Amino acid sequence: MTDLILFNVTNGLIIGAFYVLMALGLSLILNLSGVINFAHGGFLALGGYVAYTIAPYVGFWAALLISPLLVALLGLIIERTMIYRLYGRDPLYSLLLTFGLAFIFEDVTRAVWGAQGLPFSVPEFLSQPLSSKFFFITEYRLFMVAVVTLAVGGLFLFLRFSRLGVRIRAGTFDLDTVSSLGVNVRVLRSFNFALGIFLAGLAGVLAGGQLSLEPTMGANLLMPSFVAIIVGGVGSLPGTLLGGLLIGVAAGITTVFWPAASEAVIYVMMAVVLLLRPRGLLGEEGLLS
Amino acid sequence: MAEHRLQFLKLGAIWLLLLAMPLWLPMIGGYMALGTRVVVLGLAAMSLNFLLGFTGVLSFGHAAYFGLGAYGTGLALKLFTHSTPLAVLLGVLLGGIAGALLGALIVRRRGVYFAMVTIAFGQVFYFIAFRWNSLTGGDDGLRGFERQPLDLGVWTADILHKPMLFYYFVLALFALGTGAMGFLLRSPFGRTLLAIRENERRARFLGIPIEQHIWLAFTISCLFVALAGALNALLNNFADPTMLNYTQSGEIVIMIVLGGIRSFWGPLLGAAVFVVLQDYLSSLTTNWMSFLGAIFVLMVLFFPRGVLGMHWPGMVRTIIDRLRQPRTHSGGRSA
Repeated sequence: MTDLILFNVTNGLIIGAFYVLMALGLSLILNLSGVINFAHGGFLALGGYVAYTIAPYVGFWAALLISPLLVALLGLIIERTMIYRLYGRDPLYSLLLTFGLAFIFEDVTRAVWGAQGLPFSVPEFLSQPLSSKFFFITEYRLFMVAVVTLAVGGLFLFLRFSRLGVRIRAGTFDLDTVSSLGVNVRVLRSFNFALGIFLAGLAGVLAGGQLSLEPTMGANLLMPSFVAIIVGGVGSLPGTLLGGLLIGVAAGITTVFWPAASEAVIYVMMAVVLLLRPRGLLGEEGLLS
Repeated sequence: MAEHRLQFLKLGAIWLLLLAMPLWLPMIGGYMALGTRVVVLGLAAMSLNFLLGFTGVLSFGHAAYFGLGAYGTGLALKLFTHSTPLAVLLGVLLGGIAGALLGALIVRRRGVYFAMVTIAFGQVFYFIAFRWNSLTGGDDGLRGFERQPLDLGVWTADILHKPMLFYYFVLALFALGTGAMGFLLRSPFGRTLLAIRENERRARFLGIPIEQHIWLAFTISCLFVALAGALNALLNNFADPTMLNYTQSGEIVIMIVLGGIRSFWGPLLGAAVFVVLQDYLSSLTTNWMSFLGAIFVLMVLFFPRGVLGMHWPGMVRTIIDRLRQPRTHSGGRSA
């Protein structure tokens, strides 16, 4: 029983790590631009598929970096051509636009790579289990956790200490003031959007090695990421981190006792949080509400 | 006065078209089930627009209540009743009560945040329908029920086998729903909703209990969306989890935007355009999702005010004026 719980908690943490990467990107974009990016899951899936396609030529390690960068570039182009037009308008329009983009992404992914799941093979030395007792802790899983930790740690350091990062955080609170202090807000938002998409692409590559590549893999992660953001508190990136891990583990534990409810449990958590602490665990009152 | 008469004419024209649909629809190549679908989804879109367009609150999770109406009705017919109206009523109550309960949780949120919470909560019902195999049939959907003939005392209306009779049954409930919403919007309550939409802070200063009003608008909107869902289940004699999914919510929202968000009847037109287009595209290509997505994108970027929101009379007048005027500038007579 303890083993089973440990197994599922580990599973929950792994899936929670995906939620975190995805939700942090969504949060960045939501906080600075007020846009809920429905196409985020599409970018994630694309990240996985691009890595799958280029890995035979450049190797796994290069693909791990190049694929997210390519996806971020695509995100930048889309932001520069379409999404920037909708800043400051009714959020309805950016919702619908990214919703349409999500449709197109999923359909194009399916048309190019097929609807069937594709196996994305990771390097041999990463796929061994560490011990026979804890068979579920494979090296790839440890590696994944390390990459996610590195990415999240890097992001927080960047936001804390770099000039650009400080401006992004300042913009979350008061974009007008940041703008009047002479910061080019258009560039800031574009960079921030691309950064969020980069995280999605990275999550896509990692998820490709863990699960398998499917056109809907990103869309399936989208709703839990929303829940992670709401549970952690809109406007707070540490909150999003906490929320993602919490709901991952909660879903993992529920799998032990009542598998059918493992998806629904996170929404129950969200309801409880909204009831007891409407701004979310680490959220600030008044932001975006 | 003239304004009033124009409104009256418009209303008359809409209802004439709807009532006579079984006559003109086959002539332009449509079939009765398609027309019924337009009316059903039109009701869904108009109900959501009660909240979105007239209260100014963005719910992106209304598919949940649409689907609850459908599942409630389907389950009622399957498990314990042979009365179609009773089943519809139960479906509507299920969706309405769920809406009222969740509405109370989210009513203090605004804007993007409200949208996000409504989407996320909507998914709960999707997963319940998806996972509770023994009751809902899971991924395969809910089967094993049929709409039952209506017993009207002297005459039994066989809405199961006569598509036209079923269409009029749907239209009657559509009239009930839209009539109630139209009436509410003209009442002091409806005017208050408009005031909240226009300036929430000012409305609050006037002493209006904003949260109560939004909660009530949300619940009413959920009730009528559930009615549309119930009718949809009867139309197909089937309900499946995708009806509860957020993509369905997105489709209802795009119908509203297609038709024009500030217009009462616009969403009906939007639903007609959407349903016909979807029917046509999915028969034409397997990549219809891309086309649908492209419609979303183009709509938002180029026609954000919708088909009805554009100033058609003005546009037509400009075109006529251009045609009438002698082309002095394009190198004709004067040169």
